[in-house]
Amino acid sequence: MDKADFVWVSVSTALVLLMVVPGLALFYGGLVRAKNVLSVLAQVMSVFCLAIILWFVYGYSLAFTEGGTLIGGFSRVLFSGMADLSTMNFELAGNIPELAFAAFQATFAGITCALIVGGFAERARFGAVLLFTALWLTFAYLPIAHMVWAPGGWLFERGALDFAGGTVVHINAGVAGLVGAYYVGKRLGYGQEAMPPHNLPLTMVGASLLWMGWFGFNAGSALGANETAALAFFNTLLATAAAVLAWTVVEWLDKGKPSLLGGVSGAVAGLVGITPAAGLVGPGGALIIGAVTGAACVWGVNGLKRLLRADDALDVFGIHGVGGIVGAMLTGLFNAQALGGPGLASMSEVPHQLWIQLEGILITVVWCGIVSWLAYLIADKLCGLRVNIDAERQGLDVHEHGETAYQR
Amino acid sequence: MKLITAIIKPFKLDEVREALGAIGIQGMTVSEVKGFGRQKGHTELYRGAEYTVDFLPKLRIDMAVSEAMLEQAIETLCAAAHTGKIGDGKIFITPLEQAVRIRTGEYDDAAL
Repeated sequence: MDKADFVWVSVSTALVLLMVVPGLALFYGGLVRAKNVLSVLAQVMSVFCLAIILWFVYGYSLAFTEGGTLIGGFSRVLFSGMADLSTMNFELAGNIPELAFAAFQATFAGITCALIVGGFAERARFGAVLLFTALWLTFAYLPIAHMVWAPGGWLFERGALDFAGGTVVHINAGVAGLVGAYYVGKRLGYGQEAMPPHNLPLTMVGASLLWMGWFGFNAGSALGANETAALAFFNTLLATAAAVLAWTVVEWLDKGKPSLLGGVSGAVAGLVGITPAAGLVGPGGALIIGAVTGAACVWGVNGLKRLLRADDALDVFGIHGVGGIVGAMLTGLFNAQALGGPGLASMSEVPHQLWIQLEGILITVVWCGIVSWLAYLIADKLCGLRVNIDAERQGLDVHEHGETAYQR
Repeated sequence: MKLITAIIKPFKLDEVREALGAIGIQGMTVSEVKGFGRQKGHTELYRGAEYTVDFLPKLRIDMAVSEAMLEQAIETLCAAAHTGKIGDGKIFITPLEQAVRIRTGEYDDAAL
């Protein structure tokens, strides 16, 4: 075991936790109306926790052990065989205990499930959300994580590039959020009454914690304290800065005013965009990826959102879906050595790589789209996915959780 | 007696309160309200969603005055709440039948 590698991966695991609670929870929480803020916080936290438990029980095994091209096997169910505690003999994954690797990956499964919550925010029932999460993790996240990241996985063997989870985490969550928005339906009064964010400073704090934690997400994905981690670390800083300014400038030119919400949305978009590329492109490529993703996601939450006609309440698809797709494609481009990357030796390999990247995107969109719809359907039939009209008017905080965020 | 109901810009409250105090008005009730008159609202943009905010925050002052004080109170209020820009607000005057001071049981002008 390499001690430095172990420390970095474990610190990174804690940083990814920081992204979810409180980062993502506050980011989402500030964006909803005051009567629903607690429901969003509760859903993000509980969904994450459920994913962690399922990861321990069978998730890790199905995602990362050898099996077929689509899904792994059952050899690590309940983390069996990972450590012999009578002798304190731990199996290694690379230079770190496999237990540390499995813990790091657990937080990825957790944050992916938590991201989806934004799509159907402010109208879904808590119990149904948990049931959906269990189904979706099992039948969407695990196969796609296996295909992309596990040796033997179909896209892994094809050579798809996804450094920290642009496809597995962000496109996956984006599609699931969008399907959820369609399935659950628009919020009561959507398009007729104003639904402005109730607390943008909270959203700012959340986005800042996401950015902070994302160093663990991206640089931690180097799985060691090494040069690739240093590259991923700086790229995460640079691309995000570019994306904040890109979103701000595009919004300023297009709508007349540079908003704070635009700036923080740009930060998240840039972080999503650089995720698949973090350790696979040079800083110049990262700068461009950040700027392009930031600008593309402005379209994602405006023009595209109007085209899709779904009430994706917190723009999970507009930011994570669009940002993930743009990032995945640009990773295939800027990975080339001629464009400052550490990968493809010749530009003539780029078109083939772009095709493989596209394959990964398409497979994820189709697979995740179908599985998500079925998972929502099952959760709906068994639990009822949407709250009734009175409950939605009153707010999910009181109706679902029996508490209120702000005393009047 | 008259009841004066004034809608003013929120940041004018201190000036109005001081000016009315200086001419001998001894009490008022202030509440935060929202509304619109000729001053239009504004638009707010949150990502793709644009909202028109029609109702602007204002303060409402309610105070009872004696007939003798009425004209002076209106003039003072107008002067203190005035900025000259659209949205300065309005003053409404209604007849008031009775007033009672709860502590002493005094009636009408003596209760003001």
